[in-house]
Amino acid sequence: MPDDQDRDDTGAGASRPIRLTASDLSAVRGGRRVLAGLSFTVATGELLAVTGPNGAGKSTLLRLIAGLLRPVGGQISFAPASEERIGGRLHYLGHLDGLKVTLSVRQNLQFWADLWSSPGTVDKALEALGLTRLATFPVAVLSAGQRRRTALARLLLIRRPLWLLDEPATGVDKAAEAMLGEMLRAHLGAGGLAVVATHLDPPVKPAATLALGAE
Amino acid sequence: MIAMRVIAVQTATLALRSGGGAFVGLVFFLAVVTVVPFGVGPDLALISRIGPAILWIGALLATLLGLDRLFGEDRADGSLDLLVLADLPLELVVVAKCAGAWLATGLPLVVMTPVLGALLGVEPPALAATALTLLVGTPALTLIGAIGAALATALGRGGVLIAVLVLPLTIPVLIFGASAAAAASAEPAGFSAPFLILVALTLISAVVAPITAAAALRAGLD
Repeated sequence: MPDDQDRDDTGAGASRPIRLTASDLSAVRGGRRVLAGLSFTVATGELLAVTGPNGAGKSTLLRLIAGLLRPVGGQISFAPASEERIGGRLHYLGHLDGLKVTLSVRQNLQFWADLWSSPGTVDKALEALGLTRLATFPVAVLSAGQRRRTALARLLLIRRPLWLLDEPATGVDKAAEAMLGEMLRAHLGAGGLAVVATHLDPPVKPAATLALGAE
Repeated sequence: MIAMRVIAVQTATLALRSGGGAFVGLVFFLAVVTVVPFGVGPDLALISRIGPAILWIGALLATLLGLDRLFGEDRADGSLDLLVLADLPLELVVVAKCAGAWLATGLPLVVMTPVLGALLGVEPPALAATALTLLVGTPALTLIGAIGAALATALGRGGVLIAVLVLPLTIPVLIFGASAAAAASAEPAGFSAPFLILVALTLISAVVAPITAAAALRAGLD
């Protein structure tokens, strides 16, 4: 989205360097330790790729960063410190798309745009993901890849410095993968951060790769 | 405030849209109210006397019917995570969702009450009182129901579990709602005491239920 890079209302701009730091992170899910002693840093403009086999804890790590899960040990900090809740400074794209099948593509996006009080961004997001033609269709009739595109369009509704993407390219075609790459490059270029869990090659060359191993 | 309105409107829209979800509650209400007289027998005096209670029980059961989808769908499609992350305390998200659910399911019941009450031969003063008690009391049913819905969502269950969890908690609302409605025709002086307790129950549940339901949803994030 080159033409809205000058917007800097959410602190994503390069003027305020931001940094995500995790130290000695441990997590337990269902009584099983999935992460232990994990430390990493992601700085402004960097993409951290999280790789590993199924069950290695990639999704758990993203949910920990988002604050949807509590770590059993270690800390996650997001600098500069802010009064704002961490949820307001990140986009989380989980393995589920978070779409209402009875609503149209546009209605789905409009809901989040309204909730995040970011009016007038839906059209641009639809266009960026090649969804303009599908905007009025209910999500129920879309393919899995088209639903994923709609979920990806949500990232463009409001500028937030940290993107947490869990297998963002699941089910999407080559064209959408290229769009995702472009979105990520624009986001990182504007000073954003991204943590991408994937077992494929990430769409943008990562600054670092965190390889998690299944126990 | 805007965010809460957005969530409430979307919840109501989805409830009305998804397979006529809210309409099912209304039909169920109608079914309960029309079936009871067949069981009780053709005694109009008796039916008109117990009419307000029948309406209350019908409304209670119809409200329970729609609770399944209050958080269950959001959890299943992943939007619950995003709502938790929204720049709005989860307690207020719960309030907004309850408001939307009530607009789609509770309010139609209140509107239908005079029609169904007339069907049962309930006298006009008692009918007005019943509609008023339902208007005040059904939000409490939805709010208390939200606790059960949140717990069931956290456990990944739904359906009957919600009804089993919620039904005992709604009994005080039913007692005071039905007795205020019944008092209106029998002894008008006896209306205000149970009615005020009903108002208090709604206000208490408006405070306690969002906190409890939000805690249950947080505990169930996994």
